[in-house]
Amino acid sequence: MHKKVLLSLIVIVFFWLSLPATSLVDYKSEPANLESNKHCFDCHSNNIYQYENENTGKVERKAMNPNFVYNPDDFYKGVHRHFACTDCHSPDYETFPHQAELRLEEMYSCLDCHGGDPTYAQFQFELIDDEFHKSVHSTKHDESFNCWMCHNPHSYTNMTRSDFKISEIVSYHNKTCVNCHDNNIHFQRISDSLKPSLEVIHSFLPNYKLHFSAVRCIECHTSQEDTMWVAHNILEKEFAVKKCVECHSSNTMLISSLYKYQNIEARRNRGTLNAVLINEAYVIGANRNIYVNYASIALFFLTLLGIAIHVFFRIKMK
Amino acid sequence: MTQKLYLYPIWLRIWHAINALMFLTLILTGISLQFSNPEAPLIRFDFAVTYHNIAGVILSINYLIFLLGNLTTGNGKFYKIRLKGLVDQIIKQIKYYMFGTFKGEHTPFPVNKERKFNPLQKVTYIGTMYMLIPIMIITGLALLFPEFIIENVLNLSGIYLTALLHGIVGFLLLMFLAIHVYFSTMGSTPTSNFKSMIDGYHESH
Repeated sequence: MHKKVLLSLIVIVFFWLSLPATSLVDYKSEPANLESNKHCFDCHSNNIYQYENENTGKVERKAMNPNFVYNPDDFYKGVHRHFACTDCHSPDYETFPHQAELRLEEMYSCLDCHGGDPTYAQFQFELIDDEFHKSVHSTKHDESFNCWMCHNPHSYTNMTRSDFKISEIVSYHNKTCVNCHDNNIHFQRISDSLKPSLEVIHSFLPNYKLHFSAVRCIECHTSQEDTMWVAHNILEKEFAVKKCVECHSSNTMLISSLYKYQNIEARRNRGTLNAVLINEAYVIGANRNIYVNYASIALFFLTLLGIAIHVFFRIKMK
Repeated sequence: MTQKLYLYPIWLRIWHAINALMFLTLILTGISLQFSNPEAPLIRFDFAVTYHNIAGVILSINYLIFLLGNLTTGNGKFYKIRLKGLVDQIIKQIKYYMFGTFKGEHTPFPVNKERKFNPLQKVTYIGTMYMLIPIMIITGLALLFPEFIIENVLNLSGIYLTALLHGIVGFLLLMFLAIHVYFSTMGSTPTSNFKSMIDGYHESH
């Protein structure tokens, strides 16, 4: 009887561990406002738009402001995929030509929708806001530096909580940074100087290109909060991580941030058993196999012991 | 009475000296990297990485010289093995090391112009020089250029597996080094083999 109970428990635990978790966003069904949004995307997904000028009766062909061009594919892959454009923008945008004063409409911030809502508690929006206000992005700039400077709500994807590969997560997050820090036009939106060369200021890194493709910028440039999914307290450059061992050893901040959460998320998404087997995260020096370490130390000392015994008999039998 | 036999030509001695130096550098820096600890690093991590990489590249080039030397000089013949009777010969040699040497017996396979290594040495050196060192060089080069490593092998990180293999073989080579250095003290005198590394002459019992 006990055996049967034990067996059933094992089967239940095994099944539970293998279960993937569900997402807050429904990515399977068709976007809820595909048709109504098409009206906006007809112009705002292209570099050129055209309309019939009612005064002249001619069809006018104009260049779209590149800041107002959005890719529908990216939008419908993002977390806001079921939104109508007018959920966030004024319904007055439905008329064309758009009224000039609409440009002055106040945009929602993340907290306007997600703050204080228990549905989104796991994303820690309030903590993110607190951390952001400590960061150089907030302390060195005025209020115009908001969430949208880095995160585009039209394409935002929740990378760390999904089944993406680490390389994809790193690439996505780093694009957010280099979008301004490696682009003079964007950089000068908030600075009077030209952007520094990323290559030059990171030349101290061995194989800096590999670091850029394997590690997120925020891994070295933020104050790591162990309870946070994505650190938002960007530090002044003097406080950035420069010591190799801070990442390349066990119990490091790198392991405690991206890779740790990637593994936790992998377990949520793929089930524990699969995630333990599928582990692409590797940092030289940090992912050592403890059993190999113990075995090698034991074998080495056994070798020395063997030599010591041999030496003893050589001396004794001389 | 001891006999002197010129067994180690100058190129081989230079090769061996470079190999020994690089081997020690790789072992020390490798241990420092493997057990890297921010609180008490054996060698500063970035220095250890640089020295390890440089020593690895020099050792790899040196290995090519070893292969070339073995192909073009007579040194290659010492690594040729005859499987017939090999197990018995190895057992005989092990027995000598475990018992015979303490009783003052003569080595069962004395060194001469045709036989530089005893059967146990030969098997160990073949395993080390033609299996372990190439694995170390290939995995080491792969870790220097990780973009060439297959990303995912049987659902495990290719880099992780490469590094794991590099580390395991590194430790096997560390054990080889400990035994190799110790056995060097078992010449006609404890220091005679070390003298041979400099003058090229082997002293027989």
